[in-house]
Amino acid sequence: MWQYEKKLQYPVNIKNPDPKMAKVIISQLGGPDGELAASLRYLNQRFAMPYGEVKGLLTDIGTEELAHVEMISAILYQLTKGLSIDEIKASGFDTYFVDHTTGIYPVAASGTPFTATYFQSKGDIITDLHENMAAEQKARTTYDNILRLADDPDVRDPIRFLRQREIVHYQRFGEALRITQDKLNEKNFYACNPSFDKNCGK
Amino acid sequence: MDPRCALLRKIKQYDFSLKELNLYLDTHPRCQRALAMFAQYKKLREEAVAEYNDKFGPLTPEQNQNLQSWDWVADPWPWERS
Repeated sequence: MWQYEKKLQYPVNIKNPDPKMAKVIISQLGGPDGELAASLRYLNQRFAMPYGEVKGLLTDIGTEELAHVEMISAILYQLTKGLSIDEIKASGFDTYFVDHTTGIYPVAASGTPFTATYFQSKGDIITDLHENMAAEQKARTTYDNILRLADDPDVRDPIRFLRQREIVHYQRFGEALRITQDKLNEKNFYACNPSFDKNCGK
Repeated sequence: MDPRCALLRKIKQYDFSLKELNLYLDTHPRCQRALAMFAQYKKLREEAVAEYNDKFGPLTPEQNQNLQSWDWVADPWPWERS
């Protein structure tokens, strides 16, 4: 089970609202490589994992991703606080505003609502760990692109923190894959699926 | 029931009491009776969790007490048949 802590993982204090930037950053909430998809990916995949180290890692990273969902939401909240209708019209935020006002709703930058088709839970540890390494790199690229678009240091600072976490998670998933392959037949770790086949890797 | 499951069951009961009181207090933040009950169950839970940590290991990563090994990743996990 889970317990909520009333704090952000890393501070978010944005002085100047910028609805145009919010329209871009919202992709890391509800977009294809966003934090919500990341959290649901790992927390769903856990159940197919045969090794304690990997069950723990998916639980802990999946939990950290929920804290990142909250950080992105805080960034969006602060970027859209106190806007006038003229600012909403001029920035192009009007297409989001009409459906959600300034409420936080998970969509991609394109406006496409969040969907579970952004991630997979394949029931095969090697497949899932490869997906996770790719997902961390895709999220890192998205943060790199956000940093190309964002000038405000108040926005760049928490985004740079989140980008760095993608790199650490990628590293840990790489180690989880190595642990998995060491526990299976090192010459042919595709010989069986330890999440499904009985006595595989035993 | 084995001793680990029995103690965990007790912690879950305290957790549930605390959760119910938490939700009630969210909408009744100055109810003295609920505040007193919350404090009472919080103490019972803390004692039970400390006993669990000593005997069976951590329920959260922060509760890992073993300085030789990260017992947090030890089996079984909650979704597994006991």
